[in-house]
Amino acid sequence: MSDAFIFDSVRTPRGKGKSSGALHTARPIWLAKIVLQAITKRTGIESKEINDVILGCVTQSSEQGANIAKSAVLYSEFDYGVAGVTLNRFCGSGLEAINQAASSIIAGYSDVIIAGGVESMSRVPISSDGGAWSIDPDVANKSAFVPQGISADLIATLKGYSRKDVDQFAVESQKKATIAWEEKRFKKSIIPVTDINGVTLLDKDELVRPDTTLEGLGQLKASFEELGTKYGFDGLAIQRYPMVEKINHVHHAGNSSGIVDGAAAVLLAGKETGKRLGLKPRAKIKAMTISCDEPTIMLTGPVSATNRILKRAGMKISDIDIFEVNEAFAAVVLNFMDECSVDPSKVNVNGGAIAMGHPLGATGAMILGTALDELERKNLSTALITLCIGGGMGIATIIERI
Amino acid sequence: MFNFKKDENQIGVLTMDMAGKSTNVITKDFAAEFSKQIEIIFKDAQLKGLVIASAKKDFLAGADLAMFYRVEKAEDCMPMLKKINDTFCFMEKQGKPVVAAINGTALGGGLELTLACHYRVCIDDPKIQLGLPEVTLGLLPGAGGTQRLPRLIGIQPAIEMMTLGNRIEPQKAHKLGVVHELVKNAEELMRQAKAWILKNSNVQQPWHDKKFKIPGGAVQSLTGYQVIAASNAMVYDKTFNNYPSPKAILSCIYEGLQVPFESGLDIEASYFTQVVLSPVSKNLIKTMFFGMQACNKGMARPKDIPPQPVKKVGILGAGLMGGGIAYATAKAGIEVVLKDLTVANAEKGKNYSVKLCDGQIEKGRLTTDKKEKLLSLIKTTDKIEDLKDCDLIIETVFEDSRVKAKVTQEAESVAVASLVMASNTSSIPITKLAGASKRPDRFIGLHFFSPVDKMPLVEIIVGQKTGPEALAKAIDYTLQIKKTPIVVNDGFGFFTTRVICDYVYEGFRMVKEGVVPALIENGAKMAGMPVGPLVIADEVNLDLVGHLIQQSIEHLGPNSVDQSAIEIIEVMVEQNKRLGRKVSAGFYEYPAQGKKFLWPQIGDYFKQSAEQPDVQEIKDRLLTIQVLTAIKLWEEKVLRTTVEGDVGSILGIGFPPYTGGVLSYVDFVGVKSFVEQCKRLADKHGARFKPSEFLMKKASNNERLTNADLI
Repeated sequence: MSDAFIFDSVRTPRGKGKSSGALHTARPIWLAKIVLQAITKRTGIESKEINDVILGCVTQSSEQGANIAKSAVLYSEFDYGVAGVTLNRFCGSGLEAINQAASSIIAGYSDVIIAGGVESMSRVPISSDGGAWSIDPDVANKSAFVPQGISADLIATLKGYSRKDVDQFAVESQKKATIAWEEKRFKKSIIPVTDINGVTLLDKDELVRPDTTLEGLGQLKASFEELGTKYGFDGLAIQRYPMVEKINHVHHAGNSSGIVDGAAAVLLAGKETGKRLGLKPRAKIKAMTISCDEPTIMLTGPVSATNRILKRAGMKISDIDIFEVNEAFAAVVLNFMDECSVDPSKVNVNGGAIAMGHPLGATGAMILGTALDELERKNLSTALITLCIGGGMGIATIIERI
Repeated sequence: MFNFKKDENQIGVLTMDMAGKSTNVITKDFAAEFSKQIEIIFKDAQLKGLVIASAKKDFLAGADLAMFYRVEKAEDCMPMLKKINDTFCFMEKQGKPVVAAINGTALGGGLELTLACHYRVCIDDPKIQLGLPEVTLGLLPGAGGTQRLPRLIGIQPAIEMMTLGNRIEPQKAHKLGVVHELVKNAEELMRQAKAWILKNSNVQQPWHDKKFKIPGGAVQSLTGYQVIAASNAMVYDKTFNNYPSPKAILSCIYEGLQVPFESGLDIEASYFTQVVLSPVSKNLIKTMFFGMQACNKGMARPKDIPPQPVKKVGILGAGLMGGGIAYATAKAGIEVVLKDLTVANAEKGKNYSVKLCDGQIEKGRLTTDKKEKLLSLIKTTDKIEDLKDCDLIIETVFEDSRVKAKVTQEAESVAVASLVMASNTSSIPITKLAGASKRPDRFIGLHFFSPVDKMPLVEIIVGQKTGPEALAKAIDYTLQIKKTPIVVNDGFGFFTTRVICDYVYEGFRMVKEGVVPALIENGAKMAGMPVGPLVIADEVNLDLVGHLIQQSIEHLGPNSVDQSAIEIIEVMVEQNKRLGRKVSAGFYEYPAQGKKFLWPQIGDYFKQSAEQPDVQEIKDRLLTIQVLTAIKLWEEKVLRTTVEGDVGSILGIGFPPYTGGVLSYVDFVGVKSFVEQCKRLADKHGARFKPSEFLMKKASNNERLTNADLI
């Protein structure tokens, strides 16, 4: 058994996920190709050394269909020996790709893998792949399906997070992201996206709003109130949580993760392989886990995943220097910090998806890279990366610098 | 059963005309004969087309529910569905135009037959109802309705029509595209039906076209996703998953619209079979159809008494109940004299009718003429003499036997000898009130429910001395005003009030135990009750609940009410002056703007425990306590039949229909399981849940509590 090491990590900046977004003209496979080519170029690894490319991608239909990972390998003109697989662990896909890559390396099944993710939400809209879970009446009924925004509002209701609490969190996220960009803290990972002629389309996260204020956010209408009250989703959630009288709808576009386009890639290999290829490891995958909670509340996974990963690794919260918790919704992170008793100053220190966006399939890989860069910048050792996931799942990975 | 004629243009007319029945109903024989007729008719090569018509007032009112009630296994059901589906498909695919000439109401299988026709012409009469109401009896359209309707009008309107079971008027049906053409009368109906046949040949249904697309978007489209996902949630939200058929209808649409039409029919047949075999549909058919029908036919009416139609009703007391009864009576075209202490008060009571009429006019359901006519039937007065020629007088005065005695004597002093005197008391024993009457054999209880205009039940209470004529008259009157009567024997609180009170007291007990009120109220709704016990307490108003508690102790003894109920009233009414809805403060707060919400400070008085019970426990307690009280009343012979107990519980108390009613609940759960449940609850929560000897015996003999046969 070998340990799995991270040798490098790259990502595209995140473009606004709509037709006016800077990356809308870039096909998702183009974004994937950019990060695959960048990581091989930067590390100098020859593609024939790579066994497999594992990419997370949630909405695998239209141009993200037909195994976009292998399609991107072909498009990148890698060696014919490089395989490719696309996986869907919903919002945890990018980190799942890394965990699966690491597992494969640890098991001795593969030597070198590029793991990451891609999602062009402006071109392939979320939920456009259908699926049985929310739509098939028999399945939706058994699983008491509600949209995630309702789940997030349910968490806020149960935990008593006010609209001001969640808005305040969002303001902080924007502030931290603004400072991070000002201080060029993402510089190590960002690969600008260019068009076919090399003209830059985007070189920084497009969504960040440095001027966000509590008052400004206070003006926004709660996004899920109508859905919840008019279409029965609140009532359904209450049937699962009958001690709740009424769902307090606090989430809106300004305190939820942004819809964006982007891609990320991480190069993983065993120590010996790295040595043979003359690569210098940046960090080690220390532990990985997946968890799952009740599906209607859906977004408490970071708590259960963190509890489980720490137990498995024989570690404590205090052993972790920084945390990256995907900001799917403000309440998710607030709940995580409360339930796991985590010092807020260690969480998402450079902002998160509320400020920069959440390209579903890629985010897990992106925030792992962000955590690694931050560990190096501050000369710290250990980071925990976790995301909430549809269906009640949670995923976590602990990395440790070498 | 059917007449067939062909005209000079080679157009056939198949007329449905069931012998010895006022309406056409789909029975096994009807279906078999229809299939045979269609087969023969289309053998005729000369035939230009076919009109399907009805010789009755209605077109075709649906299927024989007794037939569905008796289906016991899938093998009984599937061939029946296959046969009718094959016939409809055959008819659709002959290339010859088939037109439905809809002269009257077409519901369920009746509307489904028309959907299998290529063209639907309908008389434009708002009295005609078109719809697929199967869901209301726990079923679903099983003759292709779930497949044809969404392919015809689109997924969203079809879901709405079928999951709500709405009956719509021809105009709306035309707008939705359910019917193609509206005509004025029967003559024009046949003319236009035939005209369409002459104009069209080589027809096919749109869904048999290879290029067919579902109007408004397919299942696998963004619209399809949104509509179906929201419908899934709405069904879950509204049914609390207690009713399988709305979900099954969604499944028929979701699954059936992704496959060719004929495969869709097979899917529908599977789901139909699933729901027809479900205990819920059996319960709904048994109680909501046959049980209610029996009550509405006057099952409790003494047989040898000639009809006793009421001509003029006197009402004493023009409060909410008096005003409501006046409205319901005048609406049925019966004269009313509404008396209160002052004419102004009586007018206030009459104003209730004005308000209701205006609301109806606003919705286009009533004309000003009809309003005036209704109001002209209500005479207001402060003089008892004005009631002298009333043949029925209903008193609705304050719940105090002395006050009631006084008005009874007043009324009897002026009234005709044929008068039936009724009390609208909700709890005081009729025998006791009859003590003040000169003619106790003509004294009876008529317990209306609030709001009278909406609540369909009247609980008729027979006192010890009440005679058969008074009972017959009470039933005839109830049927005249189009409400459903149940008849019960006397006793404090009769049937419905006793059951409701125990439901409310169980809620009180939970509050006292420290259960979070939201959990109590949500648990009640999840069990299928329309509102939680605390809402009811607030609506009755807590001071009145306190009054009822005192009365209960007086009539039934100190053990009839739990100490916790007394404590709750003490805290709410005495300490906090939270009297309920009428002062906008009870278990709920009633803000001027927005929805009511639970009083947040309740926890200061009754400490809420950190460990809250499972909601299933709440549901079990809230239903079981009602069932046990009803069984007690059945044993005490307050309830005269289980059918009336079941119907009364659903219509008067809001006991969940899916159970079949408060007594059928035992058979729904199974008498042995029910007894086990009672024992478990008794161990945990007290002796009030202990099953009686009677019940234990039923369980040990494994006997049903209610009759499984239809009435």
